[in-house]
Amino acid sequence: MTAGALLAVEELRVEFPTRQGTLVAVDGVSLTIAPGEVLGVVGESGAGKSLTGAAVIGLIDPPGRIGAGEIRLDGRRIDNLPPEALRRIRGREIGAVFQDPLTSLNPLYTIGQQLVETITTHLDLTPAAARARALELLGEVGITAPQRRFNHYPHQFSGGMRQRVVIALALAAKPKLIIADEPTTALDVSIQAQIISLLKGLCRDHGTAVMLITHDMGVIAETADRVAVMYAGRIVEVGPVADVIHRPQHPYTRGLMGSIPTIAAEREALEQIDGTMPRLTAIPGGCAFHPRCPHAFDRCRRDRPELMAAGATRSACWLVLK
Amino acid sequence: MNNLSADAAPLVELNDVARHFDVSPPWLNRVLERKPRALLKAVDGVSFTIAKGETLGLVGESGCGKSTVARLIVGLYRPTRGEILYAGRRIDANTANPAARRNMQMIFQDPYASLNPRWRVVDIVAEPLRAGRGDERGPAIEARVGSLLEQVGLARADGRKFPHQFSGGQRQRISIARALAGNPAFLVCDEPTSALDVSVQAQVLNLMRRLQRELDLTYLFISHNLAVVHHIANRVGVMYLGRIVEIASAKELFSRPRHPYTRMLLDAVPDLELSGRPRTPVAGEVPNPLDPPPGCAFNPRCPHANERCRTEKPALIDNVACHAVAEGRI
Repeated sequence: MTAGALLAVEELRVEFPTRQGTLVAVDGVSLTIAPGEVLGVVGESGAGKSLTGAAVIGLIDPPGRIGAGEIRLDGRRIDNLPPEALRRIRGREIGAVFQDPLTSLNPLYTIGQQLVETITTHLDLTPAAARARALELLGEVGITAPQRRFNHYPHQFSGGMRQRVVIALALAAKPKLIIADEPTTALDVSIQAQIISLLKGLCRDHGTAVMLITHDMGVIAETADRVAVMYAGRIVEVGPVADVIHRPQHPYTRGLMGSIPTIAAEREALEQIDGTMPRLTAIPGGCAFHPRCPHAFDRCRRDRPELMAAGATRSACWLVLK
Repeated sequence: MNNLSADAAPLVELNDVARHFDVSPPWLNRVLERKPRALLKAVDGVSFTIAKGETLGLVGESGCGKSTVARLIVGLYRPTRGEILYAGRRIDANTANPAARRNMQMIFQDPYASLNPRWRVVDIVAEPLRAGRGDERGPAIEARVGSLLEQVGLARADGRKFPHQFSGGQRQRISIARALAGNPAFLVCDEPTSALDVSVQAQVLNLMRRLQRELDLTYLFISHNLAVVHHIANRVGVMYLGRIVEIASAKELFSRPRHPYTRMLLDAVPDLELSGRPRTPVAGEVPNPLDPPPGCAFNPRCPHANERCRTEKPALIDNVACHAVAEGRI
């Protein structure tokens, strides 16, 4: 399964040493992304989805650290590289798009300067060629009159336009992989739809793989090829997007899907998963979901389930064996 | 409960309500830099009614004025123009009767910012009781807070805790308990679930529906999420740049949207069912509210705009403010 993968994460563990002991925020996460594939990573606050993305680009803030596991890009380990080597990979081979486009851009430089800087850092181009490339990128992400907008500062752009610039920056060095962490969460629905289709189209044209991290199942449905559902630091279900949405196997995924209001369905009450996600200091033994699971039985309280083939997806649930 | 007939006397009524904000640069800048005065028309002529026991949803994108409408109704802003009536009596003027005010409460978006972190939950929930009537004291208040907490799905003992000991969803339950403390008939909910995770949002939405049934509440429910509004509202108003562009029953609005903006919004909602329904791609952005386009504010993004749309503001006729619909062009 790892062969041919662009990105392979194996048994990743992200931990935070504290006075109360070591908190494990990501625990034994394994995933792969093929070239050109969009993998959605979905989960609620605190599920560990953003930390998984941050681990891949080497942006986990101390005291947090990768406690165990391996991250390979094109077969090469990148989780144990020195900071300088990681810095060269970031931007060049892995691009990043974050939630808030305003904090991703430097307010003191024009977007043209920022694009040219990024391009010349990673690619061996003359200033004139870098400028031409920057203008081409701005056109590609749908910014009208790029010649004029080139000399504008971030505050002169609207939220949606800023996110387009951030996507242009992420694509500047033609990376093979983009980590997009909640790229549309700060945007209005009509802008969100435009950014989604832009990201999707560009990645298809360039053959860029995307790890799309979001809490919004709708965005995943629109964009991703496969989806990994995370809960309390672990992947509980992973599979092709249509299968996970239409035939979820894990009780958490089922509850999650049932709790999303939709325009197509008329329902008196939404399905409800009682309780809340456990805090990192008190992750239950066995399956972390068992206190909220309507189907929990003895084994769920005792043993922690690994991902097992279930239908078209893989689910970390003992019900699969029942 | 869902009596939507037009002849039922409305509980809340807004007539041509507007709220303008003066956002001009300081006087010296205006003189030296010859900058003009700037007027932000956050709400510009909004009229609607809410019948007793119904939920009116208000949707729109950032800056369309939906939160300003909420604040106008509860009296956090005074309208620049127009009148707001509650149970047939005006509440917008300075002489507004406090009795009507006590019948309405507001639930805010951010459950982290809307609860005082230094107060115990019991004091937070009891504040409207203490401020409002003064007819309940000591143990009576404690008992009332306890039953309110149970009503929203928390434990009586939670009253002794502080807000930081609760998760976002639980905090929103505390906000709801506080809003219910004074036995209001009308709740203004401004994005009450937008800061919550989906599974927690489902809990809060189910709770709000149950409370509405049990306590015969009327809601104004403001959200940018169309699916949430579809789930909770009986009637829905769509706002764009300070005006209502369409208002209809939820069923009608979502099955047969008429205004081009409503259609565009619905097409922008991600297709969770993967049904592959045909959709027109969304284009353009909300214009700068300081410098709105002349005529219909939506005309630069509208595929059906013609000369009239670019010059003449459409009025709300038959619940839709669109020349193309009125002329039968779409």
